Amino acid sequence: MRRRSIFGTSLAVVAALGLSACGGGGDDSGASKTVRVTLANHVWTESIKQALPEFEKQTGLKVELTQLGEDQLSDQYNVKLNAGSSDIDVMMYRPLQEGKLFAKNKYLADLSEHVKSSKDWDFDDFQSGPVEATTYEDKTVGVPIITEQEVLYYRKDLLAKAGLSAPPKTLDELKAAAAKIKAAEPGTAGFVARTGKSPAVTQFSSFLYSFGGDFVDDSGKATVNSDAAKQAYAFYGGLIKDAGPANVSTDMGWPEAMAIFTQGKAAFYTEANSLYKNATDPAKSKVADTVGFAPFPAGPAGSKPYNIPSWALGVNDSSENKSNAWKFIEWATGKEQTLALQKAGVPSARTSVWENPEGTAGYPKDLVEAITESGKAGVAHDRPVVVKVAQAREIVGQPIVDAIAGKDAEAAADTANEAFQKFLDDEAR
Amino acid sequence: MSTVTTPTRAAGGVGVMPDTPGWARWANAHRKWLFAAPAMAFVAVLIVFPLAWTGYLSLTDAEGSVRAESEFVGFRNYLDVLSDTDRFWPAVGRTATFTLAALLFEVVLGMAIALLLWRPFKGEKWVRVAILMPLVATPVAVGMMWRLIFDPNIGLANQVLGWIGIGPQPWLAGQHTALPTTIFIDVWQWTPMVVLILLAGLTSLSDEPQEAALIDGASTWQRFRHVTLPLLMPTVLVAILLRGIDALKTFDILYATKGRGGGSFHEVETLNVYAYGLSFDYNEYGVSSTVLILFFLIIIGSMWALTARRKEAQR
Repeated sequence: MRRRSIFGTSLAVVAALGLSACGGGGDDSGASKTVRVTLANHVWTESIKQALPEFEKQTGLKVELTQLGEDQLSDQYNVKLNAGSSDIDVMMYRPLQEGKLFAKNKYLADLSEHVKSSKDWDFDDFQSGPVEATTYEDKTVGVPIITEQEVLYYRKDLLAKAGLSAPPKTLDELKAAAAKIKAAEPGTAGFVARTGKSPAVTQFSSFLYSFGGDFVDDSGKATVNSDAAKQAYAFYGGLIKDAGPANVSTDMGWPEAMAIFTQGKAAFYTEANSLYKNATDPAKSKVADTVGFAPFPAGPAGSKPYNIPSWALGVNDSSENKSNAWKFIEWATGKEQTLALQKAGVPSARTSVWENPEGTAGYPKDLVEAITESGKAGVAHDRPVVVKVAQAREIVGQPIVDAIAGKDAEAAADTANEAFQKFLDDEAR
Repeated sequence: MSTVTTPTRAAGGVGVMPDTPGWARWANAHRKWLFAAPAMAFVAVLIVFPLAWTGYLSLTDAEGSVRAESEFVGFRNYLDVLSDTDRFWPAVGRTATFTLAALLFEVVLGMAIALLLWRPFKGEKWVRVAILMPLVATPVAVGMMWRLIFDPNIGLANQVLGWIGIGPQPWLAGQHTALPTTIFIDVWQWTPMVVLILLAGLTSLSDEPQEAALIDGASTWQRFRHVTLPLLMPTVLVAILLRGIDALKTFDILYATKGRGGGSFHEVETLNVYAYGLSFDYNEYGVSSTVLILFFLIIIGSMWALTARRKEAQR
């Protein structure tokens, strides 16, 4: 008898603790003068950090900043947003990676009213592709802050030494040039790119599109075993296997691949342009003086790099400080601030900034040309557009690592397509 | 609770004065519960509740968001997971391989080092400090360090191999070498703990059986095999128990060296890494909880087997 009553007490304690943690609503009743902003480690964040005092002076608000690496940021959102926590007001997120999931789970507040009513801020100025990616069921749930295209990073000195006057215009030329340089320069790879099953998917996507393929066709069927896709897998994996670094790891994300390139260990590197500062900053790169940029080389279907919004700002739907959160977004994504950020090297989603000569002055000239070129034929996604992006990336990324490891890329593509179709069917249910 | 109103019936035989207020009398009568209450609440909140919640989640199809509605699906997750030969069973295999191999090396090496350190010698203090160094380093830092050392292109390990004329090895990057490499890192980090435990056991052994064996003309090996080891067996089992549970649950070293999913081919994906991926990469909370519950049962099972063995050894 007594034992049970003690057990009952402890249960009551648990229940009380649970209830107190579940409080908090979605209104502005808890509006405070402090806006809590969670941002990812990025050039954008570093630049906005320096401008924060200006915002605080203008509005009289205080900004409390949390800054995390990409993976930690995702984990943090998973835990906090899942628990309905209100201690994040403004959140930096990846529209293509998590946007659909977050919107579906109602983590992102509807910003439609705000973006429409703010006339000077001018939402129409934003490029339509990125805006599409931050819209869910006709509601605006985020404001794109950084756009990304895939470009070719290359080493001018190694090209000159190999007797090449210009960077490769086609993928075939790239393959030949990479093989030539690898053979001529001991200890230097001809080509490097991401190799990890999941991280490689986005940078592989431009190869896929340029061969004429895509992850899914118009009717929503998986197409990663189309002829074009099979060729693209074999090409990407083969290029790394044959012209890549010796004993190449199949776990490389951009930090590892970028390190190989900036340590002077590779001649060509296909990567998102938004990371270019890592290669041109002498403090981070041994090859800062000799790095060049070129548009993504053309495949059988032409040069078709992705052109996507990699990051956006949203408001946590459980925040009790939504109107002040919007004030922060309005300021951080306004024309003035966007121009300043783009000058600092962050490619923006605002048309007016790209049209402003001031907006492109800070970029390497060849990079601006490459970006302009990419903007023309760019594809608006760089990974399968689904809710469970992490799984999808692992499925469609498997043939990439199989090809790098020297396995049969065609067979791997068939297996992956079957799994991917099943995944799509599950998700449609 | 009318039974405690009369002073003479106060529990534990402690006398209670007739003018003691009612609440104090009640507290006195229930003091064994009262004193234990904070600890019990702690256990309930931090162990029983999460475990029960995980158990509940494992019977639902919770995914995407924990706050989203989920349906009760009975044991479907368990059937799915137990019939999954793609990720689950290979992960079980890797968990077992990792734990058994790491344990074997750690206990054998740990025993050898402990025997070396058993008898006092000059500079003993410094040697002990050096041996204990890996133990105090944080596993994530250790993982990062070895990741640099084992980098196939710019790492120190291949450079050293080059000096003695051996070609570069893929180490962590290789599909078949990644798991052995992480086992090596685990052995490097945790052997000192086994040394510590065994050394404590050795120091507490009495000298007499050793001397008796010496007089009977037993060789060094015979003395170890037939005198030291049997006497030390309970301590060895404690070391295996502690280290084994820890090794089963290893996450930090694996995650720091190979990242999400234990690498592109799941080379080092153990149950712990798999369950983490299910919740944090896939947001499949139901399935993830199922894996965790099964994992929990495996740990409980192996712990139970070891303790039973230990009791036998003590008999």
